Amino acid sequence: MPAGDRFVEATRPAALVPLRPREADTEAPLEDPRLSDVDEWGRSEHMRAVARQIYGPLYRQWFRVEWQGLEKIPTSGGALLVANHAAAIPSDAPVIMHGIEEELGRPVYGLADHIFKTFPVIGTMWSRLGGVAAHPENAFRLLREQRQLVLVFPEGTKGPGKLYQDRYRLRRFGRGGFVEMAMRAGVPIVPIAVVGAEESMPTLAKVPALARALGVPYVPITANHLVFGPVVGTVAYFPAKFKLRVLDPVTFQVPPEQERYSKSRVMDEAETIRVKLQDNLYDMLRDRRSVWFG
Amino acid sequence: MGRRVLITGLGTFWGGRMAQALERDPDVEMIVGLDTVTPSVALERTEYVRADQSYSILSRIVRAAQVDTIVHTFLVVDSTRMSGRALNETNVIGTMNLLAAASSAGAPVRQIVVKSSSLVYGSSFQDPVWFREETPRTGPPGTRVESSLLEAEGYLRDFAEDNPHVVVSLLRFANVLGTEIVTATSQALERQTAPYVFGFDPLLQFVEEGDVVRCLEFVTRHGVAGIYNVAGDGRLPWSEVAHICGTRLLPLPPVLTNVAAAPLRQLGLLDLPAELLSLLRFGRGIDNRRLKEAGFTYRYTSAGAVENFARARRLRRTVGSAPPEYTYERDVEAFFRHSPAVVRHPEA
Repeated sequence: MPAGDRFVEATRPAALVPLRPREADTEAPLEDPRLSDVDEWGRSEHMRAVARQIYGPLYRQWFRVEWQGLEKIPTSGGALLVANHAAAIPSDAPVIMHGIEEELGRPVYGLADHIFKTFPVIGTMWSRLGGVAAHPENAFRLLREQRQLVLVFPEGTKGPGKLYQDRYRLRRFGRGGFVEMAMRAGVPIVPIAVVGAEESMPTLAKVPALARALGVPYVPITANHLVFGPVVGTVAYFPAKFKLRVLDPVTFQVPPEQERYSKSRVMDEAETIRVKLQDNLYDMLRDRRSVWFG
Repeated sequence: MGRRVLITGLGTFWGGRMAQALERDPDVEMIVGLDTVTPSVALERTEYVRADQSYSILSRIVRAAQVDTIVHTFLVVDSTRMSGRALNETNVIGTMNLLAAASSAGAPVRQIVVKSSSLVYGSSFQDPVWFREETPRTGPPGTRVESSLLEAEGYLRDFAEDNPHVVVSLLRFANVLGTEIVTATSQALERQTAPYVFGFDPLLQFVEEGDVVRCLEFVTRHGVAGIYNVAGDGRLPWSEVAHICGTRLLPLPPVLTNVAAAPLRQLGLLDLPAELLSLLRFGRGIDNRRLKEAGFTYRYTSAGAVENFARARRLRRTVGSAPPEYTYERDVEAFFRHSPAVVRHPEA
């Protein structure tokens, strides 16, 4: 007879040490008492609206943004927006996000290098305004499950980190991770060619030693520093004319949610998109008569 | 025949609550609780056995009491409670002894439920917004509590592989808030001012203490095998947490944060361990959908857990904390359980 049975028999229906009966636990879920509108990605629609108010004049009067082919951006369902990346402090991301939100009324989540999360204040602001760390899991959830628009710059920090003399020459498109993101999520890639960002804050030189010391990708010395001084020049853009051209969406005939995709296929698709984007940039630059007036 | 359950860490918050929950279950025939300290809640029929920190007597108990289910609530996740060495001893060696006892030849154990923590995912700037159970952590563990939990989980994984006849459930809980539990996080929110790292407003996730017990009970009762994240729905910024609690936020510098936090610890004001400081910088989210698909429903969302804590906190601030209702007296417990003088009414 196993130890314990002796009193177990006595205990089964009634307690040995009588305790107050606990009130019956109801199991119904309770309400969610949120106070702010910060979503799981850190984005706040309220903050976004305030930012749009402030950014509107800059978008319309300073950069005088013009779109071509905006109708190619899907009005519902997930899509991965891909663009060239430029300017020491990239001016293209806010332009694209603001433009699409204003014109299509859809939120855009911007994927960025996760290094942004380590910067106090800036990281938090970026997150509240729709920035998300470029982790494949984040992209999958946003694109596949929540069917959102997601913006990514495949050049990463190599784009804005390049010198003015290299303007409009696309850097390597990473390891094609963005193509894999789109394949896994089963969404189209919509490339956007941006002209104007390069001239809004051109990098003349870089200070690699300082960048290493600060742990940031690059520390630029820009033309804006020379014109506006070291403080204002860090945040003030030149009024370059912005033109954006949305290219035809690229779809992939592959099943979604696969563990892995053929690396050669991924690299091929990435290169095709890069070439198409590069060709369109050259085409737009051929038509551009003035940096400031388009 | 009913189930025969062994609970480790009976004296801890979770062990005690879990024993109370199991006592209400008529299918549970016998409950043995093991701990280095005496139980802190009143129990009707649970048998308490004092053990040393690394549970060396465990295999004897398992065999003697013919334990078929082990609920391991004794993994220490709050590093402010004990030294790094003691924590390692408890988490790693304790788990090893437990698994050794469960896998010895002829051991009657058929189910093991382990209460781990979302600390195993860490908290870093490279993290995804949501960790699924399979998502690997993005960097090596930086603290002792994290590495000891990872080690303990590693042993458990090996055990599960070697013992396919045992149902192994590994539960990773998010930060717990509730009416009673005291954690490093709850202490940070208890006072008039709570700390934050200047320039950071991370998104945090919480699970309510009642949901934790219900989850342990659910998994134990239904024999749900596998690894599960346990956390309330949604994430909310630390500033909102403070707002719900009605505390002001006091900034810590974003550089040399642990240096700035050290005097707070020395003065006994606030103990902010390294894992909490990185949480206050980068936050953490764990995907709770797998457990929901297994049939569990949460009563509280993350914000709901915070609000429940805030209500209890307001009461505490007004009337002070209630004195402990119960102290364990060995002789009294033995009398009620075993003395022939006690009249028991099995059919009453």
